[in-house]
Amino acid sequence: MENITEKRYTDGRPNLRRFHQARWDEPIIFELSVPGQRGILPPPVDNEIREAVGDVASALPKTLRRATPPKLPEMAQPQVVRHYMRLSQENLGLDLNIDIGQGTCTMKYSPKINEQLARTPQIMQLHPLQPEETAQGILEIMYKFEQILKEISGMDRFSLQPGAGSAAIYAAAAIIRAYHAHRGEADRREIITTIFSHPSDAACAKTVGFDVVTLYPDEDGYPDLEALKAAVCERTAGLMITNPEDTGIFNPRIAEFVEVVHSAGGLCFYDQANANGILGITRAREAGFDLCHFNLHKTFSTPHGCGGPGAGGLGATEELAPFLPTPVVSFDGERYFLDHDRPQSIGKLRAFYGVAAAVLKAYAWVMSLGADGLTEVSKTAVLNNNYLLKKMLEIDGVSAPYAEGKRRIEQVRYSWETLCGQTGVHSEDIGLRAADFGLHYWTSHHPFVVPEPCTLEPTESFSKADLDEYVDILKHVAGEARDDPEKVKTAPHRSTVHRIDQAPFDDPSQWAITWRAYQKKIKKGRR
Amino acid sequence: MNDDQATVYPYIPNSVPRVKQAMLHEVGAKSEEEFYEDVPEALRLKRPLNLPEPFLSECALKRHVEGVLSRNRTCGEYLNFLGAGCYQHHVPAVCDEINQRSEFLTAYAGEPYDDHGRFQALFEYASMMGELLNMDVVNVPTYDGLQATATSIRMAARITGRQEGMVAKTIHPAVLSKIQDYCGPNFAIKLVDCDAKTGQIDLSALRAAISSKMAAVYFENPSYLGNLEARGDEIAAIAHDYGAICVVGVDPISLGVIAPPADYGADIACGDIQSLGMHMQFGGGHAGFIATRDEEQYVMEYPSRLFGIAPTRVDGEYGFGDVAYERTSFAEREQGREFVGTASSLWGITAGVYLALMGPQGMQELGEGIMQRAAYLMTRLSEIDGVRAPLFSAHHFKEFVVNFDGTGKTVAGINDALLANKIFGGRDLTREFPELGGCALFCVTEVHTKEDLDRLIDALAKAVS
Amino acid sequence: MSGERKRILGLIVNPIAGLGGRVGLKGSDGVAIQRRAFELGAVLESLARAAQALERLAPIKDEFTLVTYPAEMGEEAAQQCGLSPQVIGSINPGQTTAVDTKDAAKEMQRLGVELLLFAGGDGTARDIADVIGDDVLVLGIPTGVKMHSAVFAVSPTSAGELALATLQGRIRRKREAEVMDIDEDALRKGSVSPKLYGYLLIPYEQRLVQGVKAPSVAADAVAADAIAVDVVRQMKDDLLYIVGPGTTTRAILGKLKLEKTLVGVDVVGKSRLLASDVNERQLLDLLQGHEAKIIVTPIGGQGYLFGRGNQQISPKVIKQVGKDNIIVVATPNKLDALGGQPLLVDTGDAETDRLLSGYVRVVCGRGDYRMMRVSCTGKA
Repeated sequence: MENITEKRYTDGRPNLRRFHQARWDEPIIFELSVPGQRGILPPPVDNEIREAVGDVASALPKTLRRATPPKLPEMAQPQVVRHYMRLSQENLGLDLNIDIGQGTCTMKYSPKINEQLARTPQIMQLHPLQPEETAQGILEIMYKFEQILKEISGMDRFSLQPGAGSAAIYAAAAIIRAYHAHRGEADRREIITTIFSHPSDAACAKTVGFDVVTLYPDEDGYPDLEALKAAVCERTAGLMITNPEDTGIFNPRIAEFVEVVHSAGGLCFYDQANANGILGITRAREAGFDLCHFNLHKTFSTPHGCGGPGAGGLGATEELAPFLPTPVVSFDGERYFLDHDRPQSIGKLRAFYGVAAAVLKAYAWVMSLGADGLTEVSKTAVLNNNYLLKKMLEIDGVSAPYAEGKRRIEQVRYSWETLCGQTGVHSEDIGLRAADFGLHYWTSHHPFVVPEPCTLEPTESFSKADLDEYVDILKHVAGEARDDPEKVKTAPHRSTVHRIDQAPFDDPSQWAITWRAYQKKIKKGRR
Repeated sequence: MNDDQATVYPYIPNSVPRVKQAMLHEVGAKSEEEFYEDVPEALRLKRPLNLPEPFLSECALKRHVEGVLSRNRTCGEYLNFLGAGCYQHHVPAVCDEINQRSEFLTAYAGEPYDDHGRFQALFEYASMMGELLNMDVVNVPTYDGLQATATSIRMAARITGRQEGMVAKTIHPAVLSKIQDYCGPNFAIKLVDCDAKTGQIDLSALRAAISSKMAAVYFENPSYLGNLEARGDEIAAIAHDYGAICVVGVDPISLGVIAPPADYGADIACGDIQSLGMHMQFGGGHAGFIATRDEEQYVMEYPSRLFGIAPTRVDGEYGFGDVAYERTSFAEREQGREFVGTASSLWGITAGVYLALMGPQGMQELGEGIMQRAAYLMTRLSEIDGVRAPLFSAHHFKEFVVNFDGTGKTVAGINDALLANKIFGGRDLTREFPELGGCALFCVTEVHTKEDLDRLIDALAKAVS
Repeated sequence: MSGERKRILGLIVNPIAGLGGRVGLKGSDGVAIQRRAFELGAVLESLARAAQALERLAPIKDEFTLVTYPAEMGEEAAQQCGLSPQVIGSINPGQTTAVDTKDAAKEMQRLGVELLLFAGGDGTARDIADVIGDDVLVLGIPTGVKMHSAVFAVSPTSAGELALATLQGRIRRKREAEVMDIDEDALRKGSVSPKLYGYLLIPYEQRLVQGVKAPSVAADAVAADAIAVDVVRQMKDDLLYIVGPGTTTRAILGKLKLEKTLVGVDVVGKSRLLASDVNERQLLDLLQGHEAKIIVTPIGGQGYLFGRGNQQISPKVIKQVGKDNIIVVATPNKLDALGGQPLLVDTGDAETDRLLSGYVRVVCGRGDYRMMRVSCTGKA
């Protein structure tokens, strides 16, 4: 009897997978269209209605009546299902892969029970404008979740209206603007941030109309307090800072940062996108912050959905609470209600009250863990991260710039610069070759200060075996970079598609954002 | 390590004490405490978080949450005529099936190799929207229609270099609030009067107010109050005469029968895709779209991601990627256009599924049927004494204003009576648009049968008698 | 790559570059120095380094055309790597001069090379800068001892990598890099005073990711324009503006529709050009009875704020204007390229250097500022 299992291990360690991603070579949906096919039939209009009113649409004036039917694909239902199922197979969701390669995104397991709870009619079939007495259940969930965020952060009031982290950051910047305008100090036009804060801190400040002053780290890799002192002035509106930073470092002098900015008359916003490592450990309140936010789809486990919907919670002190978006969910002792009477509010961020289903999932997640569980989440996430750090640094050619030798919190931004110098293989190449083993791998977004970057964030969701496998794969690829660099530079080979030609994306005469645009450019001979 | 800590959590694989010890040992740490060496003592929380007792078992958790949610009354139990930005359309089972696939649900920002499926699905969504809107560029969805509108107006401001915008008075109040906040204190928003009889924009008022300082003219079609705007071409022409950009907000589900804005001269079309396969979810099923022509000056002003199609090194293989990526804030931080973050991609994929299922015929039949049902309701409503429906003498799609002044009853009172009959009446407009009198905004979709409509009529007739 | 006309790579090897270094001589300009170097057993470094770079191109050798000069000016290096070059021009082997370099560069520009790769030092860079426009991509393979110019890759291998990326259309980021001029005699006598000679356009050093997330070609030009908007909107009519050399400062004057001396210092007042290419004396005269601001951009790969290429803005001028009236401008690319190192000052006067040390706010775009550390030479 052959021992198959034995052949899967070498020296007690599992061999690398002989993975191949699904490759359906699937046409674009328009190519699947067959004239006349129907995917679903709308409900027919009752005869009596038709007889009573006739063909209403035909009474529309010419400018309003659609002249020709839209050229949507015509497909039967099984064909639609098959097409999208194939596309789903060509997508590596977190449930499938060891998704620690999307550092700063806090990819963690989204419990299925929470999905199930959020899909019930009690959420799905609620209209946001229906009378509040008929929506007490969801209002209670939103209110109670706000209390949870208040306790985790120490802030006094939360809005769950932001559609995601960046929306919350935008709202925070808008509140800072409103606060200073309210006090007649509208010429406070500068927001200070750091180079390793999330790009949205700077971008949202700019969107609100602020000038942005960015600080670089000091020689040890920590945010530079002396630079902050040099940066504050009478134009300082506030500080918007991510801590722990995207490099995984916690700023030990964060409270001093707040003090310096407060002394200059500015407000302080705490971007807690990277909070997963500090739940129950340290809070915005004690550090002195006026505003903070959380990403429900990061720290609080709601799924990322290919890029949303997510949800954000924006917290404020009592002093700033009046500026929060309208409405907020309140409780009068008997019933929950939406409080629209907020004259100082910055107005509406989103159409209604936020992404209720995400709030429900986040609530359920916290309720399944409790205080001890949340602390366990953070401690395990941090342990995983430091374990991963140690193993990653054992790979020849990898370094972890900034705060060398120190512990990290939630994630680490690594650098492949040494390997690149020795082999000419770039970080992006390594990531694409890693895709041949079923991995995701995220280099980084701006700023491109760390050369050949790679940002890994294990969270608490992955097991030791997962982490070991991830490192084994990267180690293997690093070895290939030395022995067979061409293989790495032309990767991926076992993914859904091969190296994509980047040229069309920046050339207006070649880019095609829709199928119809593509057809037009082909006809013109541009593609 | 805390010795009382014996709980092993299902979501935390390495919470098994033995495993944790092995990892700590390998890292050379005695406990996780060492990892927090950078957190100063003064900032350490010295007590456990004060949170409710958890439900460690899934069974207990489910019971708890379902118990709370059971206090909701759904639009399955109650007959619903609310719209005003969130709509009860039929959600095909296939839409739910696809957006529950965890390959999509739990994915995020992988490369166009390992996440090729998502890129193709979103490219196809944009393409189908492009056909619906008759435009060549459609973005990866943003948060919702409010954001799409506010961004569209800011795009117009960037393109024209101007700092003023004209906006119809009948737009969604939440949209107006969003625009006012988002476009900032240096952008002046002027409201254009609408005709009291038709609800449509007063063209002479528009002509009087417009100038070459205007970046954009924005109106919705149909408006928040449900009336369609029949002279979109004239409005666009007036805007263009002054070098302003014409921005129109539309409900995409109407575009099987209603002409898309591009056909009457709009430069930017925007709106919300919630109607295209998303459940209402208490207002959490929204996603915004922005569409324009394929011109560089427009493309470069989008803050959202734009997915383009490209060849790969293998002949005949489709690949995708970000078009003009440096526009977005990921690449350029402060110089980028506004900001980009996690928005609503899953809804974009879902809308694509919806449109593929419906096809051209389905969209047309759906639109025609909705208009017939709405017309039927309007006819029967106006048979009730004191009720005027629709208030505006204009064409409508699925929503219309009903005036109850003639009944001597308040809208609030009427809605309470309807509620007692397990009916959610139209949105009370008394506070938002006091100039209209005692009015409510009713919404009719394809989910309403004749029985449903008749039931509303009966209940209303009783409520006003 | 698509099957269009093959891209052309130009190669110029300066055979005597680096001749003196290994045997302890500074630089190799001048026939006498060259003879001495050979006597001391110097080996032709440049050939080896050029070959090291070209090796990176071997995998795509059929996908591009290599154009080079005969024998030791490129042909030999190419053949050593198995590349079959198209040879142009003619030389006297063993007696090549700067004229040959310039002729080669001119011809290659005319042929429309995608990239002009050269193996040499500052001298070779200056020769090329003399004849080539600022829209031809150039990159230096480091070989010589003197490399104060910012036009070189960090290593021959890295140069080859960049050339490969350029030929494959993967470079979408270009930057103007300073060509420096060092007085050879002064150097040998022990005193160094580098001057800014000009600028060449280089493919941006690949310290970051390629492909979909890499910033575009336009980034630097766009940033410079945004910087100009920010600076100009804050200019006051009752102030003089002393504007140092550089392409970013050139963009500022461009916004005012004024011509900038690229490698010199100009003075602007009331949005008009008051003086061009001034020296210290002229500056001090102009400053009499006027309040002023100084606008400078870091020069060179190491980011010198003062002391490399703008010595006209002397310690006296700086003290007269005042430290708080110095506006520093730089594109984000330029700052990122410093890799976390501070800006440097070396005015020649220790007290002025100390005055300038600390932090400075750098204008990187419109309403976009970065706090940078400023340090004296020799300290980080």
